[in-house]
Amino acid sequence: MKKVSICLVLVLAMAFSSSCAFGAAFKIGGTGPLTGGAAIYGNAAKNGAEIAVEEINAMNGDIKFEIRYEDDTHDAEKAVNAYNALKDWGMQISLGSVTSKPCEATAAENFADRIFALTPSASSAAVTEGKDNVFQMCFVDPNQGSASAQYIAEKGLAKKVAIIWKNDDVYSKGIRDTFVEKAPSLGLEIVSETTFADGNDNDFSVQLTDAQTKGAELVFLPMYYQPASLILAQATAMGYAPKWFGVDGMDGILTMEGFDKSLAEGVMLLTPFNADATDERTKNFVAKYQAKHNEIPNQFAADGYDCVYAYKEALELAKATPDMDAETLCGKMIEQFTTMTFNGVTGENVKWSANGEVTKDPKGMVIKNGAYVGLD
Amino acid sequence: MTVRRLINLKRVEARRIYLTYFVVILAYVICQTMSSTKILSSSMRGMLVPICAYMVMSVSLNLVVGISGELSLGHAGFMSVGAFSGVATAILMQNFIPFAPVRLAIAMIIAAVFAAIAGFLIGIPVLRLKGDYLAIVTLAFGEIIKSILNNFYLGVDSGGLQFSMLSDTTRLLQGGRLIIRGPMGISGIQKISTFPAGFILLMISLMIVFNLVSSRSGRAFMAIRDDRIAAESIGLDITRYKMTAFVMSAALAGAAGALFAMNYSTIVANKFDFNTSILILVFVVLGGQGNMLGGIIAAAVLTILPEKLRQFSDYRMLLYAIILIVMMLATNNAEIKEFLNKLNPFRKKEEAE
Amino acid sequence: MVFLNFFISGISLGSIYAIIALGYTMVYGIAKMLNFAHGDVIMVGAYVCFYAVARYNLNPFLGVLIAMIVCTFLGMIVERLAYKPLRQAPSLAVLITAIGMSYFLQNTALLLWSSNPKVFPSIIGRGAFKLFDGRLSVSHITALTIIACIVIMIILSLFISKTKMGKAMRACSEDKGAAQLMGINVNATISLTFAIGSGLAAIAGALLCSAYPTLMPTTGALPGIKAFTAAVFGGIGSIPGAFLGGLMLGVIEIFAKAYISSQLSDAVVFAVLIIVLLVKPAGLLGKLTQEKV
Repeated sequence: MKKVSICLVLVLAMAFSSSCAFGAAFKIGGTGPLTGGAAIYGNAAKNGAEIAVEEINAMNGDIKFEIRYEDDTHDAEKAVNAYNALKDWGMQISLGSVTSKPCEATAAENFADRIFALTPSASSAAVTEGKDNVFQMCFVDPNQGSASAQYIAEKGLAKKVAIIWKNDDVYSKGIRDTFVEKAPSLGLEIVSETTFADGNDNDFSVQLTDAQTKGAELVFLPMYYQPASLILAQATAMGYAPKWFGVDGMDGILTMEGFDKSLAEGVMLLTPFNADATDERTKNFVAKYQAKHNEIPNQFAADGYDCVYAYKEALELAKATPDMDAETLCGKMIEQFTTMTFNGVTGENVKWSANGEVTKDPKGMVIKNGAYVGLD
Repeated sequence: MTVRRLINLKRVEARRIYLTYFVVILAYVICQTMSSTKILSSSMRGMLVPICAYMVMSVSLNLVVGISGELSLGHAGFMSVGAFSGVATAILMQNFIPFAPVRLAIAMIIAAVFAAIAGFLIGIPVLRLKGDYLAIVTLAFGEIIKSILNNFYLGVDSGGLQFSMLSDTTRLLQGGRLIIRGPMGISGIQKISTFPAGFILLMISLMIVFNLVSSRSGRAFMAIRDDRIAAESIGLDITRYKMTAFVMSAALAGAAGALFAMNYSTIVANKFDFNTSILILVFVVLGGQGNMLGGIIAAAVLTILPEKLRQFSDYRMLLYAIILIVMMLATNNAEIKEFLNKLNPFRKKEEAE
Repeated sequence: MVFLNFFISGISLGSIYAIIALGYTMVYGIAKMLNFAHGDVIMVGAYVCFYAVARYNLNPFLGVLIAMIVCTFLGMIVERLAYKPLRQAPSLAVLITAIGMSYFLQNTALLLWSSNPKVFPSIIGRGAFKLFDGRLSVSHITALTIIACIVIMIILSLFISKTKMGKAMRACSEDKGAAQLMGINVNATISLTFAIGSGLAAIAGALLCSAYPTLMPTTGALPGIKAFTAAVFGGIGSIPGAFLGGLMLGVIEIFAKAYISSQLSDAVVFAVLIIVLLVKPAGLLGKLTQEKV
């Protein structure tokens, strides 16, 4: 019984704790998977956003940020918990969540609480659907699917296409759906469609054999770069060399430690960010990121970085001050984001529509000699 | 066993049951007052419903693991069946029943029914096995349920319900809605789960389980758990009793799943994976097998703990793991337990009885 | 020929499961516990090997050896700190502690080695044996895994049946109390079992990551569960059973993907497992222990 009572006291003691104060800086918070299997994405977005905050605070301008990222382990339940913890901390504007499903859950909270959100990388359509104060920094999945199909058809890359997608992943499924929907009208024939899932994502011989025997000239890979690296390695081992076409999640494949870049030779992908780009902005970001984390930033890091800069611009335009409450800021941000144009490392002339979707030009890239080259 | 001891035992049992109810009600009243007077942080407020759902899961698994003595590693599967069927029901009724609590109640009942059916179907093969083999088969069923739900599509339009497997072949008419979308799960769920609803569900679960335990079946369960062969030799129908516990447990898990799912705007099958099953098992083991109150408290502590560890940022999950190991050692190591018992005169008396 | 190719893919996947399952089954057979942290010991072994080979340019086999030494010690420390105090506790308590250990190892790895996936250099290159004019290919790593599996299986079987320590292990597995009375140091024996099991995990880690070259803190977790399934499939506690179970699981998984549905392959694998256990409740090669009344 004593144990029981000790536990009860513990629970009650844990129940108390909250702090809420407005300071001289905007409190900006986001959730993402910082541990667990999806930790790559969360940590990248967090690191990118933190670098932007450091830069902006070092400028000593009117806008200063205080940033906090909370771990959601790529789980909707934990994401809502993390979001609430941020709310207790006094978050004024939000970076939503890094991955799609958790962000759908936190976006509903953002909407109910009137806290503006700009997610770096949660790309499913349901994230912004029906919410006037949730915006995306990345392409929405359906757009990627149809843009990829269009690109393949327009450039005449192939007629017969195979798709390998991840059967338990919202991102992969979202892109695959619109790709499949769009393909027939563009004269693309999908000859093979196979899947994998967590737990059987090691061996791709069946999927690749299926694509090969059915004569696919191009294999479309709507997935993140880690399984893609396995697919490329296994295809090379079995001597299958179709054209490969990836999406923005493929970005990062060249920076995997120990990856044999020759395997990715000729892989095409649509990505908004290119770590090898030579413009000042990108070079500065990549150099800072590398100095701090000893890794080359991927697209998630770039999205996180851009989100903070987009906020800076919007807050400046709205003449917002850190003593405003979240709801006032929310109104101002909605006004700015639907009208402003933003230039960042993930795109020039970035605009947002009223439903929160971003418009920016996807850059077609092809990997040549271990580096991205514009595909035009 | 003398009659006196039996009476004593019953008294202890009854005391424990009343204590459980008392603690649950007290905790509810405190939390509800704190929540309505806004003393509670939003982080805590947000966790009230999932904690209730996990408590019900803990009670439900305790029926299988603690009382009937079988190890189940796939309990999240039933939660998942309940979550999906419950949410689908709630969405279908959205236009007919505008009053949310009624909708929630009906959804939970339907969820319980579906989960009970799943429990029955799975119970037929599973309960023929025992020990670690039973555990692995429940794990397998949990994975199968996850895999099927990841490939299941359910839509509704003016013509009625349509469903398909593997890919979305439902041809919905204009204005139709695809409710379950395979790996994308269900999106845009109305959040109708409330803390009072969670509390009521927990109370109902406790009543069901305690009634079952103190009835004839309950004694049979424990006889089977303690000595299967002896129980069989006096003519107890082991399979029937085990099945009762298993189906009951599945039904409660289903209702908890519906409660849980309708606290979030989105739900996916992957949420209810092996890790969730294990998490629920941890509640039961940490709280003491067969000890409902222990399991309930463990569910609360282990749900709140990771949130309270947020201040340690990067080290959060590491600390969680260490605390979990230390808690297991502290509650199960004989030396440490003896030390704790010395501090606790009340417990000593109870054991002496 | 496609069929044969799939079969070989299945064997190569299965051989990986088999080598992981050996570690599971060994610990289960002697300590009667499901060591869910085994998959994470594999991950640690793979990381050690990765750093030895990719960062310090050591010979791959030397790298595996270092990983084995590290993992052996890791296994013994884990056993001493987390499992030994629970020797008298119910088996479920030990199971949960093992899971806590698994979280601990994963999160330590995350802090030490970051979440970014690393590409593991194959320990024997990426070549393949070509058969039938190249229409059939068996990669070197598959061949090595199978050979390693068989060698380990034979050595383990001999060790357990012929040596004194092996006899002590068998005695502990039969009856710990009686073994103790006969003068066997039960604690030392169980500790030794963990040492061997963890050493094997390092080999498994190097082979797993050579065959499927990607390494993350969660790399060991899911293959660990699959291998556990394989061990049960073959009859947990039985060393040849783990080998057979692993190979069959791999082949079934690939065939299910190829001929039934790639979307439902996991469901099919687990369904087959259930059917096998219903027909043979102790797994393919497991011994059904008679209950004494």
